[in-house]
Amino acid sequence: MLALFVRDLKLAFRSGGGFGLALAFFLIVVMFVPFGVGSDLTLLTRIAPGILWIGALLACLLSLDRIFQLDFEDGTLDVLATSPLPLSGITAAKAAAHWITTGLPLTIAAVPLGYLLNLSELAYPWLIASLAIGTPALSFIGAFGAAVTVGVKRGGLLLSLLVLPLYIPTLIFGAVTVTKSVDGLNPVPSLILLAGLTMFSFAIMPFASALALKANLKG
Amino acid sequence: MRIKATNIRCTRGARQVLQDVNFSLSAKDCLILRGPNGVGKSTLLRVLAGLSQPASGTLELDHDDVAYSGHLDAVKFQLTVAENLSFWAGVYGTDTAAVVIDRFGLRQLTDRHAANLSAGQKRRLGLARLTLSNRKIWLMDEPTTSLDAEHTQLIASSISDHCGQGGIAVLSTHLDLDIPTAKILDLVRFAPKKHTDTSIFLEGSY
Repeated sequence: MLALFVRDLKLAFRSGGGFGLALAFFLIVVMFVPFGVGSDLTLLTRIAPGILWIGALLACLLSLDRIFQLDFEDGTLDVLATSPLPLSGITAAKAAAHWITTGLPLTIAAVPLGYLLNLSELAYPWLIASLAIGTPALSFIGAFGAAVTVGVKRGGLLLSLLVLPLYIPTLIFGAVTVTKSVDGLNPVPSLILLAGLTMFSFAIMPFASALALKANLKG
Repeated sequence: MRIKATNIRCTRGARQVLQDVNFSLSAKDCLILRGPNGVGKSTLLRVLAGLSQPASGTLELDHDDVAYSGHLDAVKFQLTVAENLSFWAGVYGTDTAAVVIDRFGLRQLTDRHAANLSAGQKRRLGLARLTLSNRKIWLMDEPTTSLDAEHTQLIASSISDHCGQGGIAVLSTHLDLDIPTAKILDLVRFAPKKHTDTSIFLEGSY
């Protein structure tokens, strides 16, 4: 499984690997917000947590279809499915590699972008914590969506429709954690719920993805 | 270690392609699947590999012994030949990458990106994975595609060696491979009987 994880990281950083796509999208979306809504600093402070979370979520969505599609197209997925690795382990390794190449850079990039949106100083630790804890769930849920749509050519639309509703709880608790810290309320309960969602997706999604892959490889 | 197929029926989508497939293979056996395009060679190999289930019938086969090579090479273009092989060595938990490189004539290509390989070289890289896997049962879907005569011979001899060492190989091919022990199974025998219900209005027209 480690070999697969390392290979996925390597591929992401090689040419055409798609690393940077999510990050660039996140930077662009967030940087455009002040131009769109104007330079009212109190307004920006209010909407900053939501914008940062929505931006991160959409950026994450962009690279989901790569998780299985490329391996499906060149026959690697067939061979992996017949290899000693369990399918649930394969999906977990690939989701983890996806998080390292998207969720983690997004979490780090959120800090300078917070400055652009005049995010309250109190909120930074909570922004980093909520993204670091919440984005792994986006990768694991997204891997499930990618597994369901793996046989579909240009399945990006279907994938988004499938995954976005599943992302809503993570978005709500992630953004609320940051908003509460801005308002001087206790953000810990929502952060704990967010961590619960992530744990839940760790526990369920690899197995759900394995079932979906199995059904799709039958063809 | 053996493969025993009893009354296997295979479907592809909603279409039935093979029925009543029976065969039994034990160590040192090599089975070559023959038949025209679309007869169900790939479908049968995918069933044997455990990628899909037979629609009915029983298949006795330990999937932990299987190394499968489909009609795609499962080669990553962005990785070098050596990286591709060491990835699969990691997946199968073996350390025979160096042996395989010499065996399949890949020594001069180790540092080249797979994107820059010819179709035949990619094929060899894909097939090298079977030897690398250290698994007993090789399932190969048209392994000789895009190989030149010399390397077709190389593949044939590595299949013979594998079977000689107590392995089993099942492959589909349209060529006459030089594998002395190979048995040939023509899948046309298992094609479903066509029920051509001729309309009574057309009967006698021809």
